[in-house]
Amino acid sequence: MTEITEESIREEVKAWLTDNWDDNLSLVEWRGKLADSGWGVPAWPKEWFGKNLTAGLVNAVQEEIRNFGAIGTATAGVRMLAAATILEHGTEAHKEKYLRGILTGEDNWCQLFSEPGSGSDLAGLTTRADFKDDQWIINGQKVWTTSAHHAEYGLLLTRTDWDVPKHRGMTFFVIEIKQPGVEVRPLRQMNGHASFNEVFMTDAVVAKDMMLGNLNQGWAVAMTTLAHERRGADGMRPQGSSDKGDGSIFAELAEEVKTVQAPYKWYPQRAGRADLLIERAKATGAIENPVVRQEIAKALTINKANQWTSRRAREAQMLGRPQGPEGSLGKLAASNLARACSKAHGVITGADAMLKSDDGAMDGLIAEILLSVPAHSIAGGTDEIQRNIISERVLGMPKEPRTDIDGAFRDVPRNVAK
Amino acid sequence: MRYSFTDEQQQFREFVRKFMEANSPATEVRRLMETDQGYDPEVWNNLSESLGLAGIHIPEAYGGQGFGPVELCIAVEEMGRSLLCGPYFGSSVLATTAILNAGSEDDKQRLLPDLAAGKKLAALALAESSGEWDAASIALTATESGTDYILNGAKNYVIDAHCADFIVVVARLAGTEGDAGIGFFTVEGDAAGLVKRSLQTIDETRKLSALEFEGVTAKPLGEVGNAAAALQQSLVLSYIVLANEMIGGAQMLFESSLEYAKLRVQFGRTIGSFQSMKHKMADLLLEVESAKSTVYYAAEAAAEGSADLNAVASLAKACASDTFAHVAAETIQIHGGVGFTWENDTHLYFKRAKSSEVLLGGAELHRELFMQQSI
Repeated sequence: MTEITEESIREEVKAWLTDNWDDNLSLVEWRGKLADSGWGVPAWPKEWFGKNLTAGLVNAVQEEIRNFGAIGTATAGVRMLAAATILEHGTEAHKEKYLRGILTGEDNWCQLFSEPGSGSDLAGLTTRADFKDDQWIINGQKVWTTSAHHAEYGLLLTRTDWDVPKHRGMTFFVIEIKQPGVEVRPLRQMNGHASFNEVFMTDAVVAKDMMLGNLNQGWAVAMTTLAHERRGADGMRPQGSSDKGDGSIFAELAEEVKTVQAPYKWYPQRAGRADLLIERAKATGAIENPVVRQEIAKALTINKANQWTSRRAREAQMLGRPQGPEGSLGKLAASNLARACSKAHGVITGADAMLKSDDGAMDGLIAEILLSVPAHSIAGGTDEIQRNIISERVLGMPKEPRTDIDGAFRDVPRNVAK
Repeated sequence: MRYSFTDEQQQFREFVRKFMEANSPATEVRRLMETDQGYDPEVWNNLSESLGLAGIHIPEAYGGQGFGPVELCIAVEEMGRSLLCGPYFGSSVLATTAILNAGSEDDKQRLLPDLAAGKKLAALALAESSGEWDAASIALTATESGTDYILNGAKNYVIDAHCADFIVVVARLAGTEGDAGIGFFTVEGDAAGLVKRSLQTIDETRKLSALEFEGVTAKPLGEVGNAAAALQQSLVLSYIVLANEMIGGAQMLFESSLEYAKLRVQFGRTIGSFQSMKHKMADLLLEVESAKSTVYYAAEAAAEGSADLNAVASLAKACASDTFAHVAAETIQIHGGVGFTWENDTHLYFKRAKSSEVLLGGAELHRELFMQQSI
């Protein structure tokens, strides 16, 4: 057996691509070939579309595919979270059934975790799964579900035992979205966009072999999904470029990228658009106003400090030094930046800040900043939860005493009705 | 690198910290701040001779250690952490930097070796009654008299002038304004016509004086009449060094707040278990770490002479001014009543914070300077 080196791997990938790449295949056909070869997700196990390669070699493979001008396996949406969860907790049958469709892009996935009654407190969920007539019957509502409207499958966390403490009575399933008991409705946000969905399940059905992990041990499975989400395995970031060739496959890819990115058009505005502050202040003349200049300087100071703090964290990591506090502050720091930018954009824009769309400044872009920034300190863990995490994990401060985790879940107080 | 210290720099920091912990504990700070001299000559000698700190950023050619702004800032950050009482900021930072930037080769040969060895002390007299640290605000005049100059006017807020062997004075040639006609001069500490008055300062660990010059004979330092750029260069480094000093104090206060929150029990729980306190501490941590990022970045920018040096120096000073003052106020709040007592050390830092907040210009001024550089 020859030794595997980065060089030999690169040669092998190139040779395979030379023999197999065809930009007139359909996107799914190509991705199927790539998945079957093991080069699509080389970090995965050999038995399941991978080659058991280490992270460094995986990067080399991905670089070769990019440099060759070929297209990788599908990554959009929560599919990679689904894959990671299935690889860790799924049966052979689950892997057989789902993994290939994830990689080819044929199947889309969504994540059915958050509920109207359980936001920061995910383990307080009340969507129920009851076993009847040899199958699971699901009733409840999920919310903030990206891509549910074009998903085939959902990662579903439910309550199956109400008489044990909250973390010990949840079960994790894969649910088929396209069935009569599941209704997906777009959820309109305060900024006018509808990037997410509400998902209503009324006597929806899950086959009994579609449980991931064990009965009432769904929390551990959900932790796997969330850990991968925190590591950035979700496909919410811009996808690979689609302008590398003329074949029909690139047109298909461009369409996919457009669909995937559409819900996130407002995300840059949510972060505050520090990049626009000076340009805008010059355009409106507000740059001459010393009060406005102070607000701009405050926002730009936070912007610089945040960039440099994350660089400090990265360099410490690269140098193999112990993780300092600077590594845990990014989310909260970004919220502060978004708020400071929103304030500065407001004073720069003046009376026009009352207007939106075509009448608004920059054809409504400024209004979109003002109306999107409030999401920043909520999505992906509220500022308050971030502060708890920082104070407990970084500063070693005690947790608040809890009243919800020891007794039966059915006795834990839930939202008070008006 | 702008985002991490080298192993040598980290060792240097630990070394300075140990010295400060041994030589500048709060008991010593309290003792010295009530003396007229304001520092312990023996500690000063050790700091200068054994550690070489007085000449840390003076080139070896002039008897210094030949290190750069980053090492200087590390030393000063640790001094700020311990509220060191001594003429370091006035003599080794402000006056020395002015001589380095403005002095001729002869001036440097003549003045720097004694400063580097800590054998002589100097002070920089720049601001006047307007309380502004810039060329345009200077009114004190210099009139040529043979090879010397005669100074007339007044300076204010002069750090460590009370113990200075000589004063570096920034003055203008009569009849000039703005950046034109600016010159640096040296005046002996006991020169005829120089009247020093020690000012009553809220921060008793940092001695300030008002100086009056009535026909005082001065020697020129470098090229007279064209020194606005050297002044600007000196100021920019001084903003950065002061900002680093402030972050040393802010970090110390943060640690003291955290420790107290974990010890103090009310309502049957440590107050650090209440979310109101945890959230405050998380916000303060972010504020202190953000400010550190700016002052460390600025120190490295000074070392490299980066194009964005002027902008980031002001950004760092603004950030440090806000952060130190805020952390100091919150530290008193977190300590509750005891934080407002003379016995608790917090007020020593609070006073340093409030004083340093405006020294060399406050946050609003520096944000404005930053904007002027950024537009």
